[in-house]
Amino acid sequence: MGMTITEKILAAHADKDRVSPGDLIMARVDVALANDITAPIAIDRFRKSGAKAVFDKSRVLLVPDHFVPNKDIQSAMQVKILREFAREQELTYFFDGGESGVEHALLPEKGLALPGDLIVGADSHTCTYGGLGAFATGMGSTDIAAAMVTGEVWLKVPESIRFVYKGALNPWVEGKDLILYTIGDIGVDGALYRAMEFTGPAIDALPMAGRLTMANMAIEAGAKNGVIAPDGITEAYVLDRAVRPYRRCASDPDAQYLDTREYDVSQIEPQVAFPHLPENTRSIYEVGTIPIDQVVIGSCTNGRIEDMRSAAAILKGKKTANGTRLIIIPATPSVYRSALDEGLFDIFLDAGAIISPPTCGPCLGGHMGILAKGERAVATTNRNFVGRMGHPESEVYLANPAVAAASAVMGRIAGPDAL
Amino acid sequence: MKHTGKVWKFGNDVDTDLIIPARYLTTSDPHELAKHCMEDADPGFPGKVQAGDIIVGGKNFGCGSSREHAPIAIKAAGVACVIAKSFARIFYRNAFNMGLPILECEAADTFQNGQELSVDFDTGAIVVRNTGMAHETTPIPPFMQELLAAGGLMPYIRRKMETKTM
Repeated sequence: MGMTITEKILAAHADKDRVSPGDLIMARVDVALANDITAPIAIDRFRKSGAKAVFDKSRVLLVPDHFVPNKDIQSAMQVKILREFAREQELTYFFDGGESGVEHALLPEKGLALPGDLIVGADSHTCTYGGLGAFATGMGSTDIAAAMVTGEVWLKVPESIRFVYKGALNPWVEGKDLILYTIGDIGVDGALYRAMEFTGPAIDALPMAGRLTMANMAIEAGAKNGVIAPDGITEAYVLDRAVRPYRRCASDPDAQYLDTREYDVSQIEPQVAFPHLPENTRSIYEVGTIPIDQVVIGSCTNGRIEDMRSAAAILKGKKTANGTRLIIIPATPSVYRSALDEGLFDIFLDAGAIISPPTCGPCLGGHMGILAKGERAVATTNRNFVGRMGHPESEVYLANPAVAAASAVMGRIAGPDAL
Repeated sequence: MKHTGKVWKFGNDVDTDLIIPARYLTTSDPHELAKHCMEDADPGFPGKVQAGDIIVGGKNFGCGSSREHAPIAIKAAGVACVIAKSFARIFYRNAFNMGLPILECEAADTFQNGQELSVDFDTGAIVVRNTGMAHETTPIPPFMQELLAAGGLMPYIRRKMETKTM
């Protein structure tokens, strides 16, 4: 009997010939990651463990990104803990100041997350790296502290669900819409404890940005990981970036799946997830008239250069509607520079947008665009829980960057067709 | 170990932003976090919850972020355990790592606010005091029991490190 890509990566990191769903394994990690919210607790646990040094200076990655640039004294104190630990432990990679960006956009860009890797991170969206063909999963700070000490984690091998996407994408439909549609189909616990494996001709044709977006939101269906087998597109992306050797894995033809779900993507329109769960999805054509106060384009889900280009294509020569704030957050310094060099900032500024430095910021209601009571936002982020972007009585609608940009112009939730 | 406590009932898909909103994550001090535990679901909760009370949820309790602040806030608020139909994966791991007992119980949505539950953590049996109804829970997997016996993940790791150096 064959193995899935998830099982193969886990087996390789546990020095086993094969593993099966339900097996408990101790596995080596290629990267242990934490951010300015989760690292302070991990570092505290690390110290209490009695450990003196991290297992590998080049594989413990700390990225302050949630409350940076430091929004207040408390968050500044948290980032300081990371900075001092990075210095003390002589970590090879520590992204601070103008080198920092949204962690899950930054690591692939820097070639620090690679195909075949086993990556654990104290951030639920660590699953993003599955878009590169890695096994990547989010954990709590204590689990990450243990990985920082030992270079290992315990894992239960998950069952896999295969999602097959066929057909050609409609205009303005991208990875974000495929994953929102899928979550709408299976629900926010539809893949609880499971691996989501995205396959099919539409995935083969999907650019790396869209693949990362899809894997990023696997957690919103409760999954342990989301994964896309590496191919030529992956190879082209990682070739000049990889900081170390990597391994391409693929599922065997006779691998076992708990379930297989097929979608004809030509039937999928741009999606909007209504408050307060990512599963509350509707086609953009079924939204009705919903006035909005704010639009946020950015995050680990949709803050890459392709997302900036998509927003710019809509915003070119247009103005944001009166009373609607448009906040654009390039996810990394490199995305920021590219957007600037390509003239996208002119388009954004002419449209009346606010351009923020790289940060998670408003996605989690941290800073840089918090909603007041009763306010409504369209965001390219990943969660629309109660109070996620600010006041408990505010609302977040999730969409792709083109829909978000069109909504900013119209002052209501709208697709590019409405312009 | 047995415990009796009063039910605070919440619905399905209780997410980590409800358990502890991100706006309070500029600290990891358990007492500060406890002051805001569940406040976006029930603004009065942090003031009303008593030591030993029990949180009851529906399916997918703890979905969302990996923030360990969630079980930390619940534990520091004095909550003795969480019972739900099912738990989100990361929350499940975090709760055990923090030493917060959690039980998966199919009948969780039949429990009522204010009811007293007697919970036997060894057998997983739950008895509703005013009705006498008894319920079983999904047994805690042996590996998680090992973690609990060691006192959480870090003591477990410390023990492993000590055996390695011997």
